[in-house]
Amino acid sequence: MEKDIREDIAWAQINKDVLKSLESPRRIYWVILLIAIAMVGVAVGCEIYQYQTGMGVANKNNSHVWSLYIATFIFWIGMSHSGTLLSAILHLMHADWRKPIYRFAEAMTTFSLMTAGLFVMVHLGRLWQVYYVMPYPNERWAWPNFQSPLVWDMFAIATYLSSSVLFLYVGMIPDLAICRDNIHAGWRKKLYTIMSLGWEGTDRQWRNFRMTYLTIACFLIPLAVSVHSIVASDFAMSNMPGWHVTSFPPYFVAGALYSGCAAIITLFIILRYVFRFEEYMTLPIMKKLVRLTFAIAMVWTYLNLIEFASVWYGHDQTAKDQLIFKATGPYAPYFWAMIFFGSILPLMLAFKRFQTHLPILFVVSILLNVGMWLERWMIISPSFAHGHYPWAWDHDQWPSLIQWGMVFGSFGWFTLLFMVFCKVFPSVSMYEVKEMVYHRTLAQKHKPAVKGDY
Amino acid sequence: MSITNLLENWSDFRHQHPSEDRPHLEYKWAMSIDLDSCTGCNACSVACYAENNLPVVGKEKFAHGHSHHWMRIERYWDNDGREFADQGAQFLPMLCQHCESAPCETVCPVGATNHTADGLNSQVYNRCVGSRYCNANCPYKVRYFNWYDYPTTDNVWPAPMEQQLNPDVTVRGKGVMEKCTFCVQRLTVAKSDARTQGRLVLDGEVQTACQQVCPTGAITFGNLVDPLAKVGKQWMQQQVDLNKDKQAKDAAEEAVKLRGYRILEELRTYPSVMYLEQLRESDI
Repeated sequence: MEKDIREDIAWAQINKDVLKSLESPRRIYWVILLIAIAMVGVAVGCEIYQYQTGMGVANKNNSHVWSLYIATFIFWIGMSHSGTLLSAILHLMHADWRKPIYRFAEAMTTFSLMTAGLFVMVHLGRLWQVYYVMPYPNERWAWPNFQSPLVWDMFAIATYLSSSVLFLYVGMIPDLAICRDNIHAGWRKKLYTIMSLGWEGTDRQWRNFRMTYLTIACFLIPLAVSVHSIVASDFAMSNMPGWHVTSFPPYFVAGALYSGCAAIITLFIILRYVFRFEEYMTLPIMKKLVRLTFAIAMVWTYLNLIEFASVWYGHDQTAKDQLIFKATGPYAPYFWAMIFFGSILPLMLAFKRFQTHLPILFVVSILLNVGMWLERWMIISPSFAHGHYPWAWDHDQWPSLIQWGMVFGSFGWFTLLFMVFCKVFPSVSMYEVKEMVYHRTLAQKHKPAVKGDY
Repeated sequence: MSITNLLENWSDFRHQHPSEDRPHLEYKWAMSIDLDSCTGCNACSVACYAENNLPVVGKEKFAHGHSHHWMRIERYWDNDGREFADQGAQFLPMLCQHCESAPCETVCPVGATNHTADGLNSQVYNRCVGSRYCNANCPYKVRYFNWYDYPTTDNVWPAPMEQQLNPDVTVRGKGVMEKCTFCVQRLTVAKSDARTQGRLVLDGEVQTACQQVCPTGAITFGNLVDPLAKVGKQWMQQQVDLNKDKQAKDAAEEAVKLRGYRILEELRTYPSVMYLEQLRESDI
């Protein structure tokens, strides 16, 4: 077996390489940043227009009330789950290969949740009253409706966002101290000094740090499953044909991990190039990541088939009609594209020659996410176009450019947050990469007789 | 409710109707619509526009599905099994069914849509945040969203048109959901008049706007609790039970001529509107 990272990197070299990413990325970093800002500008413009004029400009209508906003909301919520998988679940399972890449994955979790939260806002007809959804003391004793899955959503996302921000931050403290000690002046010095909370690396601090980190990791694991289950219950709890499916929660969670893993592959390749992380984001790690993605893709395919089968063999004629409509109606090209990108294309990842071929992986991982976005759209729109009530069957509804602009801009928003994060904070965990090197050196010292890699 | 109780009486819990928890003591507003009398003239729809200050959105927005017809006449052209296709469309007046177990009520995140003690499905405009989940979960799609700011910026009532607005009904701003209220403004007045005289509202004392204008008298509206009410008699005659999800008509032998049914009853929404099936030529 190949080694995940070179064992002979000196600790000082690790510091130097990672700190360099805070200073001088390749020039393409600035190009990406500018494009991202321009994309955000498009979305802001769309939102201002929609806010002023009304939701009608999004071109939804009275039977087709939800559209791309909700689909993209699910997409971003889903994308966040893999960061937690990598940073919390694999942390508990002592999968060491995750160490150089979990930091940016966790940042991806946080930022995609922030993006998802925005979609809830732009979706609301009266954004200025959004606080009604929260339970807060008021003179009329009006509470939110605790029966509604949307309220559960609000709680789930708020919990998930706050705890993953905390997790990201706590995990960064030792690295922030390294940054503090290596930078001599300016706002960065102040920022790192405040954020590293006086970290000195004493035994007592390490002990407390480990305990805290482990506790938050344990707390996050049920969240990684529950948050998307709750998003799934927005649909599973309703009575719309195509939504009223018992298997939706696991199906959504699998889809979430799937699109998240694909996104991690994409970001892996981008970061590796932009910040010159070739030593840390290595091909053996990529290979493990790709295999993980492949496994999850197959789980998702399986759950997808289960959903189709349970609808097909169930007694619910309207749900069956809905499935036939999806596969043969006006949405058929998107439906089959989803099947192709989601279930057929990942079969490529089973072949060894593609598992480390970065250009191909870059394209494939983006296409996988296109497939997963289509999946979310195929959950939302066909159900509205072909629901219980024939009079409301409306196949002509097509989202307006305002909606597309907002979806487009959300990618810019995410990229902007993510890229700024990677420039300001160490996106590779220095202290954990050092652990990898350290453990390997120890193992070599004590077990010289063992053949093979160790 | 203990676990054993839950397990032993599972079927009861599944069939239990919400009004058994909170029975309607004085009023339960309900409607019946005779499809055989309906000529599809759209008078009910027009009356509703006038009574409830519904914005007339114009041809273009109507085509986009942004219309606000709380009462709409649906046309069905399907000729399958019809003996006289040349008779044209079949009509179905569709309005909020005021379900006793309304799917829209449970999903609203802010509790803007509620059930009143009178069995109405109410909509609180001030509380609505516009998540549109209620419409998504409404099987009849009878909820209408304010896609634009009709009263002010969109100017659907240019002066002096605003003079004809009904002062008893609010106009709705952008971003809130609205739907048929069974003309709740009229019900409130009638109830308060009756209360000052120490009695309940009599049958026929209050009419909905659509009922009032229907030239063929296809729409009957009244208090289902009142034993003298015409609507209650019709429901009884057709053996339609508010608290059941399957009516006698479904089980009846062909000899028994029952016409009463409720739409999408199998979803257990328990609607408050009963429809009387159109008579076929062969039935007469």
